[in-house]
Amino acid sequence: MKLLIKGGRVVDPSQNIDETMDLLVVGGRIMELGKGLKAPAGAETIDAAGLLVTPGLIDMHVHLRDPGLEYKEDMVSGTRAAAAGGFTSVACMPNTKPVNDNKAITSYIVTKAGKEALVNVFPVGAITQGSKGESLAEMGELKESGCVAVSDDGRPVVNAELMRRALEYAKGMGIMVISHAEELSLVGEGVMNEGFTATELGLKGIPWAAEDTAVARDVYLAEFTDSPLHIAHISTSGSVRIIRNAKARGVKVTCETAPHYFSLTDDAVRGYNTNAKMNPPLREAGDVAAIKAGLADGTIDAIATDHAPHHLDEKDLEFNLALNGIIGLETSLPLSLRLVEEKVLELKALIEKMSCNPAKILGIDRGTLQVGAAADITVLDPNREWQVEAEQLASKSKNSPFIGSKMKGCAVYTIVGGKVVYKRG
Amino acid sequence: MAFKHKDIIGLQDLTGEEIELLLDTAENLKEINSRDIKKVPTLRGKTIVNLFYEASTRTRTSFEIAAKRLSADTINITASTSSVTKGETLSDTARNVLAMKPDIIVMRHAVSGAHHYLAQRVSCSVINAGDGAHEHPSQGLLDMLTMRQKFGRLEGLKVAIVGDITHSRVARSNIYGLTKMGAKVFLAGPPTMMPPGIERLGNVTVCKEMREAVEGAEVVMMLRIQLERQGKTLIPTMKEYSRYFGLNNNVLQLAKKDAMVMHPGPINRGVELCSHVADGPQSYILKQVENGVAVRMSMLYHVSGGELATE
Repeated sequence: MKLLIKGGRVVDPSQNIDETMDLLVVGGRIMELGKGLKAPAGAETIDAAGLLVTPGLIDMHVHLRDPGLEYKEDMVSGTRAAAAGGFTSVACMPNTKPVNDNKAITSYIVTKAGKEALVNVFPVGAITQGSKGESLAEMGELKESGCVAVSDDGRPVVNAELMRRALEYAKGMGIMVISHAEELSLVGEGVMNEGFTATELGLKGIPWAAEDTAVARDVYLAEFTDSPLHIAHISTSGSVRIIRNAKARGVKVTCETAPHYFSLTDDAVRGYNTNAKMNPPLREAGDVAAIKAGLADGTIDAIATDHAPHHLDEKDLEFNLALNGIIGLETSLPLSLRLVEEKVLELKALIEKMSCNPAKILGIDRGTLQVGAAADITVLDPNREWQVEAEQLASKSKNSPFIGSKMKGCAVYTIVGGKVVYKRG
Repeated sequence: MAFKHKDIIGLQDLTGEEIELLLDTAENLKEINSRDIKKVPTLRGKTIVNLFYEASTRTRTSFEIAAKRLSADTINITASTSSVTKGETLSDTARNVLAMKPDIIVMRHAVSGAHHYLAQRVSCSVINAGDGAHEHPSQGLLDMLTMRQKFGRLEGLKVAIVGDITHSRVARSNIYGLTKMGAKVFLAGPPTMMPPGIERLGNVTVCKEMREAVEGAEVVMMLRIQLERQGKTLIPTMKEYSRYFGLNNNVLQLAKKDAMVMHPGPINRGVELCSHVADGPQSYILKQVENGVAVRMSMLYHVSGGELATE
């Protein structure tokens, strides 16, 4: 199969390219990148004039809910949502049922993805058995069977000694540890950010210190063990500062934030909106500004959605009873493009955080349009305006605070291994 | 003026004029409570459901008496006797109650915002009898009525509210109501019980020490301290709490000579209030309870449209 993408603005940070070029894909690989390429016989042509052509976007933090929680999302619906959002690869978190803490579950995911997934699925295994925080999961076998990282996402590794050993052991096995950094004793029964809005709504608050103290602990453990560490979904100005300082002194720490942490504040909770309830919670304006500054100066390496589908029955409840989390795959791109419009990031830097860096952090050979690389490509229209409507979303779940919001920018073609898996009508 | 709200979820949503209307009506209806035959036909044929997800004696009884004095039919559903224990959702319970065509649901719920949720899903009126740490509007109104009876005004009064502000819906409703009516609210309590940004809820001053709040106050309102509920990490002991944030005659002397002592009940004697003060001449605690019935009659009357007027 041959595909020629003609006349698009190719933005590939991995090769420091940002210019109008053509891209030829043959047999699932990038064959040629250059100007005035001719379509070979039998090639399909995509006219990309006025569009951006980037390495396929990678969301390194999603919940596909498969196996065990397929009523929220499954391999097909989750990867369809990814494709619709312009993502060609996702890394799926292990808090499935059962927890992905052994090679049998990983193999199940890999096999099912091979048969059903529209995009590449890279499983993340658990750090500890059952994510219970008691003993290490079989990280060697997890890696061997296809896991690209380990995380107890959804909960922190409470025991600091166990986290130390996890970092040491994972380093030896060559697998990245992703920390869900949260000091649970400070979270208590909190359900939103601690601050004026929580005071007004009479809801129990989660202080920023619950995140900062945990980030600091894990950064020090990474420094002490000289191990790589990735911190998931940072939301506070303190996290940015701690990680910025750690990077400056050479700690091998990377981190991600999610679009909602630079798009919304805890004001979104007003009206007891359970679609604005997630963990960590939406913070305040100062945090949003700090997250943007952290993205701009490179402290924050990646944008990941923490796509967390939940059934309506789990959200249409009194605020305290509703589950944490929102979907994000189909709104991440337009929300992130706002950073370019607001001049927080150059387009190249944005693509770096949505493709090249996640690939590097997870050690997967994606995130590039280099000749010979797998042809994972996102063709996107940064100017197309649309409105988020629940019925239009590919995800099984509709728990998004952005339903009804106007968006600008979307994927027009999502191409995985040279095959168009999504085309916007 | 007519009362335009279908529901009363909180005093935050009401204007000063609307609060005044509710208080004036309560003042008028109060007289019924001292009649020989304590009943008027105002809400005859109306059905009121008291849906209580949290234990309450005072508030539930008060709402029930208020409804009965206005001739409404009342049904009480409490968490222990309803399908709540079977794990039915609030939305399903509400739909089932609604199918029986009530005119008003009076609800108490442990989760802040539960009334907001309910009011969006039912066509009948919803009155908040307390939601989590959010609001308790009938308590705020009865407190203001009691103050107004004593001083003839709310404007310019110095009101001290002392205790666990973080977990108090009574404090929030009083802050909204009192500051809208021009009173000056001073808060005191251990820093572990003072929520961030509370001073932005209205014209409120947060005091370091209880004495500062009480000094020169016309009203000293003490909140109930509930160690078992609010977590053992917030204060060392009841004894120490009582020493720094309890009201005794010595502290009360700092207030105006004719200052009122108030408490939403039930009292922890010897903790936030010493018995001398609770039972002393400056205590208006039972007057609060008495006024509670009139205020709740007023609330029921106004959400019912008010046009049925008096006989």
